[in-house]
Amino acid sequence: MSSTEIPTPLVDADAGTREIVTGNKKPRTGDKPKPRILLTILMGIIAVAWLFPLLGLLITSFRSKADVDATGWWTVFLNPFGTDWTMENFALAWDALDVGQTFWNSVAVTVPATVLPILVAAMAAYSFAFLQFRGKEIYFAIVLGLMIVPVQIAIIPVLQLFVWFGNTTGIQIIGQYPAAYIVHSTFALPLAIYILRNYMQTLPTSLIEAARVDGASHFQIFWRLIVPMSVPALASFAIFQFLWVWNDFLVAYIFIQSGPNAVMTQGLYTLMGQYGQGWQRVAAGSFITLVVPLVIFFALQRFFVRGMTAGSVK
Amino acid sequence: MPILSAIISVIIGVGVSLLIFWAANWLIERTGDKWKARLLPYVFLGPVIILVAIFLLYPAIRTLIDSFMQQSQRRGESASFVGFDNYIDLFTDPNFLGILLNNVLWVIVVPTGAVLIGLLVAILTDRLGKRRETTFKSMIFLPMAISGVAAAVTWRFIYFYAPPGNPQIYSLNAFWTAVTGQDPVPWLTIDTARLNSFLIMFIVVWLQTGFAMVLLSAAIKGVPEETIEAARLDGATERKLFLSVIIPQIRGTILAVFITILIVVMKLFDIVYAMTGGQYNTSVLAVEFYAQLFSFQNPGKAAAVVMVLMIAIAPLIVYQVRSYKAQEELR
Repeated sequence: MSSTEIPTPLVDADAGTREIVTGNKKPRTGDKPKPRILLTILMGIIAVAWLFPLLGLLITSFRSKADVDATGWWTVFLNPFGTDWTMENFALAWDALDVGQTFWNSVAVTVPATVLPILVAAMAAYSFAFLQFRGKEIYFAIVLGLMIVPVQIAIIPVLQLFVWFGNTTGIQIIGQYPAAYIVHSTFALPLAIYILRNYMQTLPTSLIEAARVDGASHFQIFWRLIVPMSVPALASFAIFQFLWVWNDFLVAYIFIQSGPNAVMTQGLYTLMGQYGQGWQRVAAGSFITLVVPLVIFFALQRFFVRGMTAGSVK
Repeated sequence: MPILSAIISVIIGVGVSLLIFWAANWLIERTGDKWKARLLPYVFLGPVIILVAIFLLYPAIRTLIDSFMQQSQRRGESASFVGFDNYIDLFTDPNFLGILLNNVLWVIVVPTGAVLIGLLVAILTDRLGKRRETTFKSMIFLPMAISGVAAAVTWRFIYFYAPPGNPQIYSLNAFWTAVTGQDPVPWLTIDTARLNSFLIMFIVVWLQTGFAMVLLSAAIKGVPEETIEAARLDGATERKLFLSVIIPQIRGTILAVFITILIVVMKLFDIVYAMTGGQYNTSVLAVEFYAQLFSFQNPGKAAAVVMVLMIAIAPLIVYQVRSYKAQEELR
């Protein structure tokens, strides 16, 4: 992956103030900021070293099994044309991962597990930010406290709950998508409410009061005023949640299990267990699973960073 | 088709919840003002209260009760109350004490490592042009997008071991044999000075540094220019400027980042599980929970492990609530 192809600025929200700051910040170097070659080289070394593990994985995924077993991946730099480059690993890994199925399973788990908690959390955040009711502080403190409850706590009781539900109603939840997105959604709620409420708190109350005077209901205000104005916070949390759920292994492993609904990380885990058949295949499989998170990441990191830093920087 | 069922479930889920909100809101808008103000918040909070009560609070209470129970070995028989036996078993087991020590190391090393490297990158890139800054930051941030399992694959390829005589295709051993001329080392099995744990911790530092860097970088840019100028006029060196002007101003962000990563580390499961399965003294609480539940078929003890995990993070709840209250009083 060439670094020059990265299109989106990482910190963008404060670009305006930044220009002023860089202008003043370098009085020692005169009026024009110098290119700072040494610093660039140093940072370049750090950044390349940081991506070194992934580079190895990428190169390995294009080599033949014989080559991977015989020499380290870095030897291709000495002899790039003596290497037996191949796309075959991707075809093998594609089948081993059962991408045609697991990819859609991942979509089926991730999309609801991203959309639903955000909707529900945004409503709750609205009431924390704009409505007055008794015990508001206590409720919010409880939400804060729940932020750190580990998902492990849900495993035994929720499994039992699902089994009980299945036995009583005849509807088996375990192994189905809803099992995973109920758990993912619930455990995302506290953090989502916290972030969204902090953001909504910064919106002007006068606007809501004016809308109330005009006869708008809270539902209309929420939907027509607050949601459009909260897009940066909503988007950044959505991206966060999407990546978490897409990359999750534990919840899927326990609640969806390795049936027909298994997600991609489970496929990759299984593939990893078969690395006796060659690293190149596991490497190719890893890259297949990386595509979606990387696309999301590069396409949306602008919003991601803006929303994330909006709440934290005062 | 899974994609179809995903779309349908989103539409149904969103549609039904919107309808419920709308209907409840419509009803309440028609009641008297007094009731309106009282009931409305609970309409907006309702779904959260229901979900959290069923899938968060109930499991927490249930786990607490389970931790005092012992599952019967015979089928069909229910669990019996055993008091603190599960906890006593855990805390008299040298293995578990080793796991606790490991966890302590994890929560110190990983957040510290991520914050320090993130800070370093944030400062260095801050002095470069916008384009270079963006490029380098994206490169450091990239591992954030990777799943724990994919990260494990990536780092297995670095840490694994090929016996002597075989070609060294694993980076670390290739480097080791080439530089020292000695035999390759099975790194992940060496628990002397917790070497294998530290190697796994580094993977998580690698994954989390990007997050730390983004927030710290934003905080550094948020330091008012006047304070920096004033310090410069007073003749502060760059180093002193950083240590005594910038660092104190971004202390809040540093702490927030540290705690966020600490919470991630406490719950961490997949990396350790995929690297060693918790063997060779590398286990942490979340992995031990899994081992107790599924490998040893001992749900009572597993519940006790989660309670230990909860109690260990409890001070952070107190801290979170306190800082929230302080923030509320300021407004």
